[in-house]
Amino acid sequence: MTKHLLIEIGMEEIPARFVRGAINQFHEKLDAWLNESRIHFSSSKIYATPRRIAVMFHDVSDRQEDTSEEVKGPSRKIAEDENGSWTKAALGFAKSQGVNEEALFYKTIKDVEYVHAVKNTEGVDTFELLSKHLKDMILSLQFPKNMRWGNYNIKFIRPIRWMTAMYGEQVIPFEIAGTTTSNSSKGHRFLGHDIELRDVNEYAEKLEQQFVIADIEKRKHMIVEQIKQLEADNDWHIPIDESLLEEVLFLVEYPTALAGQFEEEFLTIPKEVLITSMREHQRYFPVLNKEGELLPFFVTVRNGNEDGIEQVAKGNAKVLRARLADARFFYEEDQKMSIDSAIARLEKIVFHDELGTIGDKVRRMKHIAESLSTHLQLDEPTTEQVKRATCICKFDLVSQMVGEFPELQGTMGKDYALKAGEDQVVADAIFEHYQPRFAGDATPKSIVGAVLSLADKVDTLVGCFSIGIIPTGSQDPYALRRQAAGIVQILKDAKLDLSISALLQIAVEAHNRANLLKKEANKLQSELTQFIALRVKNTLMDIARYDIVDAVMESGFDYIELTMSKTNTLKHFITEEVKPTVEAFNRVSNLAEKADSDQINVQLLEEGPEAQLHQMLMDVESKMEEALQQKQIEKALQYLTELEQPITTFFDHVMVMVDDEALRVNRLALLHRVGALIHSFADFKKIVW
Amino acid sequence: MNFQKMIFTLQQFWSEHHCIIVQPYDVEKGAGTLNPMTFLKSIGPEPWNVAYAEPSRRPADGRYGDNPNRLYQHHQFQVILKPSPDDIQEMYLDSLRALGIDPLKHDIRFVEDNWEHPALGAWGLGWEVWLDGMEITQFTYFQQVGGIDANPVSVEITYGLERLASYIQNKESVYDLEWSDGVRYGDIFHQAEFEHSKYTFEHSDTKMLFTLFNMFEEEAKNALEESLVLPAYDYVLKCSHTFNLLDARGAISVTERTGYITRVRKLARQCAKNYLEERERLDFPLLKKQGGNMND
Repeated sequence: MTKHLLIEIGMEEIPARFVRGAINQFHEKLDAWLNESRIHFSSSKIYATPRRIAVMFHDVSDRQEDTSEEVKGPSRKIAEDENGSWTKAALGFAKSQGVNEEALFYKTIKDVEYVHAVKNTEGVDTFELLSKHLKDMILSLQFPKNMRWGNYNIKFIRPIRWMTAMYGEQVIPFEIAGTTTSNSSKGHRFLGHDIELRDVNEYAEKLEQQFVIADIEKRKHMIVEQIKQLEADNDWHIPIDESLLEEVLFLVEYPTALAGQFEEEFLTIPKEVLITSMREHQRYFPVLNKEGELLPFFVTVRNGNEDGIEQVAKGNAKVLRARLADARFFYEEDQKMSIDSAIARLEKIVFHDELGTIGDKVRRMKHIAESLSTHLQLDEPTTEQVKRATCICKFDLVSQMVGEFPELQGTMGKDYALKAGEDQVVADAIFEHYQPRFAGDATPKSIVGAVLSLADKVDTLVGCFSIGIIPTGSQDPYALRRQAAGIVQILKDAKLDLSISALLQIAVEAHNRANLLKKEANKLQSELTQFIALRVKNTLMDIARYDIVDAVMESGFDYIELTMSKTNTLKHFITEEVKPTVEAFNRVSNLAEKADSDQINVQLLEEGPEAQLHQMLMDVESKMEEALQQKQIEKALQYLTELEQPITTFFDHVMVMVDDEALRVNRLALLHRVGALIHSFADFKKIVW
Repeated sequence: MNFQKMIFTLQQFWSEHHCIIVQPYDVEKGAGTLNPMTFLKSIGPEPWNVAYAEPSRRPADGRYGDNPNRLYQHHQFQVILKPSPDDIQEMYLDSLRALGIDPLKHDIRFVEDNWEHPALGAWGLGWEVWLDGMEITQFTYFQQVGGIDANPVSVEITYGLERLASYIQNKESVYDLEWSDGVRYGDIFHQAEFEHSKYTFEHSDTKMLFTLFNMFEEEAKNALEESLVLPAYDYVLKCSHTFNLLDARGAISVTERTGYITRVRKLARQCAKNYLEERERLDFPLLKKQGGNMND
């Protein structure tokens, strides 16, 4: 027989950003447990709102599956005495497996006979198992932030206030923190009443009658449709920001989208400020017209129905008005400040105790940016723009607006710089130097912005690693992983002729000049290279499978663009067809490891396959070098494959490990050179077939 | 509902919900949390339910009485319940109903907001409560106070009275709020706002304040050596307020800032530790009052 299983944990409002993780984890845990426990079910569904996470498993069988397994016991020597009777050891084994001695039998494993028994385990009642294990399963959930409450000695994401646990029509009894399970659940905090379930099937429907849309996708769909309706009614365009939608989704149990209005005069404030005020602080959706211009309206999603909706709109508008009035005040005040006076104040803002002030950081960035300009052979005007942009890139940090809206750093800098008459390129670079701000964000468009952004990020990385701030696990307070990933993205997108090692060297040198190196430069550089390698790898994993990525990474990754092209080329190259080629390469690599030298004595080469392989090696070495220089990666690989035939012929006709030491050493050296050439493209041994 | 009526209503409401009502504490402080009725009493196993209005000074927020929303001194209504009751959210929502706010006519939400007060070595998890998009209450389950794990856990409810009043009375400026019938908030507090702002930003004697900070710190230490926790704590509050004055004056550089906060935290932690020891020595007298119904 089968029944549905429902478990709902009712809590005080769970932080919106954690709801989805919580329900997914709960679902996975239960799913895994049911499978391990051999309790079958047909399908499952999750439900989650700010106040509850719930899972339903459909058609859950009422007993565990029975099992039958063959168990190995002692060997015949030990199991039988000289009279052919069972020894104590054998009888003990039978007893431990719950079988009679008559049921024991022999089975031969690797020429030795062992006693065996078939152990049958009868499945246990599902309800009984659930009653026993559900509590521990719930308490084993892990959250990013846990709390205690009242007098209870448990930690959970938020206080548990009710639990609904039912198998069919039966309540599964257990208790957590003074809360016992029942067949009832709670409706909407204000609009609804408690519900009682006679059967699990009624869950979603009964909750909906009490103004709780427990189905995540359904609720999301309602919000989107309501926003679209407002768009259609008013001829608006409302861009739906996915992360805002996700947050709003988990702030409401019963959504009603509504529009509010603010005074047109606030539209003189930069639109980024307006959008930030609405989106980040109030969780409103900004409203645009069809032409994409910001309108003095906002859309918010209420946790409730239409009742009193004008009042709600008015109240929200009042709050927004106060915020915008503040913002306008800051905007006007900030414009009274000169860029120079702002820069002077950076000397008082500590970046890090051991790394000095923001002023110090800007000076180091300037060294780095100048060295990069030289390294990249930028022309004079561009170099001047880099210099100016570097000097002023952080000045908006002391503005009141950024003090109030930290996420507008760079955005305000650009706006104020333009107002102060700075060059457009310089102003753009101030904004761009924080890019990419998050995974998937755009990278700087201009070369000035790219150089500045690299200088900022590599300075932070080198500084932090030098004084021992190295991310571990979830600890990454300076977002160093993001900085490193940003460097990789920029090097990739900007197609600069700049290697990771050159960039690191320049930054390490700048820190050295500032007397900030707390570690030996080589050690620091190698730690950072490893750290960046992981980010490079992540980037490559987006375009190819892991073994291809590993193969390419093994050959080095100093030039991102080259590494990317190699990955792409190799991805298309690797098919069943080229297996013989790769096997030939790998044979070379395996033997090449035995070589002590790569010095080939041409005099010792035998005519025929050996000399031919050598000839081919010389030929391919130079052709590949040229192709790589011209960034013709496919061609380079093509040349490499030309080695297959001579390699195969060589192995067919030439004995490498001969007794004559001179010959042997020479042949190994030849293979070493061939292997090195192959490895300079990729480590083909990493390829998995 | 006028401002003073709101205070009466909340006092009445919480006195009917297990709380003793005390009066504001007479040492300057930046928040109701710093009142020893919260900071010290939330430490240790004894039940404790209290509510009070608290004028709170934030020197850096002074705006010469010009800004409609920012004040040198604002008013909080503070509720502490230890251990936190299971139906505390419902109780809180009932208190809003008592203030005339019908949740069905508004949008009330609990939005994640975690609270931390480094100088007190205190932190907790909870929410800010939104009324039609406006933050009206800070709702926090204390997890640590003075560096000591909260056990049992206290729940702290802090109403921002000016914000609530501006909503209830539908006023744009705090100075237009009705304190009592016919008397405006501005009539009572505007002069103080102006003078305190002017003093804080232009006239405070930085040298004297630095000296005071050191003296208060010394005196707190002296009192702690004699296990006189409450007098010591008064001087910690004075340190904290003096620091706030210096900070608002821009007299403390960013680097020094951490140092001063660390000094205050050290004292606050010591007070917390000594307070717990003193209560233990006294055999936790309030444990004998069953259920924590202090006014039964």
